[in-house]
Amino acid sequence: MPSLKDLRNRISSVKATRKITKAMQMVAAAKLRRAQESAVAARPYGERMNAVLTSLARNMTGGATSLPLLSGTGRDQTHLLIVATAERGLCGGFNNSIAKLAREHADRLLAQGKTVKMLLVGKKGADALRRLYGKHFIDQVDLRSAKVIGFEHAKMISDKVLKLYADGEFDVATVFFSEFKSVIQQTPKALRLIPADVGAGAVAASGAGAVYEYEPDEEAILADLLPRNISVQIFRALLENAASEQGARMSAMDSATRNAGEMINKLTQKYNRQRQAQITKELIEIISGAEAL
Amino acid sequence: MAELKFELVSPARLLMSASVGQVTVPGAEGEFTVLANHAPMVSALKPGVLVVTPAGGAPERIFVRGGFAEVNAEGLTVLAEEAVAVADIQPGQLAQAVKNAEEDLADAKTDDARSRAQETLDHLKSLAAVL
Repeated sequence: MPSLKDLRNRISSVKATRKITKAMQMVAAAKLRRAQESAVAARPYGERMNAVLTSLARNMTGGATSLPLLSGTGRDQTHLLIVATAERGLCGGFNNSIAKLAREHADRLLAQGKTVKMLLVGKKGADALRRLYGKHFIDQVDLRSAKVIGFEHAKMISDKVLKLYADGEFDVATVFFSEFKSVIQQTPKALRLIPADVGAGAVAASGAGAVYEYEPDEEAILADLLPRNISVQIFRALLENAASEQGARMSAMDSATRNAGEMINKLTQKYNRQRQAQITKELIEIISGAEAL
Repeated sequence: MAELKFELVSPARLLMSASVGQVTVPGAEGEFTVLANHAPMVSALKPGVLVVTPAGGAPERIFVRGGFAEVNAEGLTVLAEEAVAVADIQPGQLAQAVKNAEEDLADAKTDDARSRAQETLDHLKSLAAVL
């Protein structure tokens, strides 16, 4: 049975923990708002880009083989998995759910006898996957120093990916990230980057029926656009990830704060009971002492 | 005069969305001006200055780099990787930035750093060239 002093110490330490988790929750809430804003603000660019790309790609069906970014290398042997996670922990199941999705994907590919290569963005995902897939890692990107995710970070990653592709290091690239749905819901998602995923989904895009004039010709524009599209998609993934991370952290810290509160209540009750018991015990001792006289 | 719906979008956000009189776009194969009811077209951009003229207003000059312009029945959309209002750029600052970038390039040790420095320098020079 812990003494009164032990209980007092525990209560004060849990109180300190609650203060920390509460502060982290508030910081995450503030960061979440900003991250959410930038994720929403980045959407128009991606959407327009997709619309133009789709209409271009549809006009090109015929002789599009000269653009490997669109049509692929014609093989399906080597897969590059770009796993984007957070740099920090303490955000619930956020990092694990992305790592899990990537792991399932990798296992499936390996079972089919394909070659898997991994490019890790963020430290936590790398930590989670290193033990099982360490030998498949080819590169790691650290965004720890970045306060705000900028387009240049996405560009840096896409440059790496494009270089690997140009060197024939892989045939298919898929990016794993967490899509931000709401504060309490983030879904891990896989998105195919190369070959570009244009088609069915975006047919309803604006101005689909219009006949465009191209300057320079379609192929030159597509060749210019496809690499850009990769950076834009990665940028989108990073922003969605940033918002999801803060959302996940916020709800994780919220429940941690609540748990700490519950624990404090329980401990306080125990403390009071024990104190009362001690007082009663002392009284009984005094009374029975007096009666004995 | 009919108004043209114009949108300028950068990867990070929607920079401008307005009804304007005309817009001059630095296309890859030469500058062109878009008025309302322009024929649908898609053009790549070269680094240059986008001139946005509101109906009956003073033109606004915006430096854009990398991207493309799309004209459709709804209006003109410019997707630029970078966009900076010319009025926000000070000449002295730019010259200083070019000098810094040149020094960075000279100091760069790894290939990675060198290519990054080169990119910054090219960007600044293209900016300086159009002003």
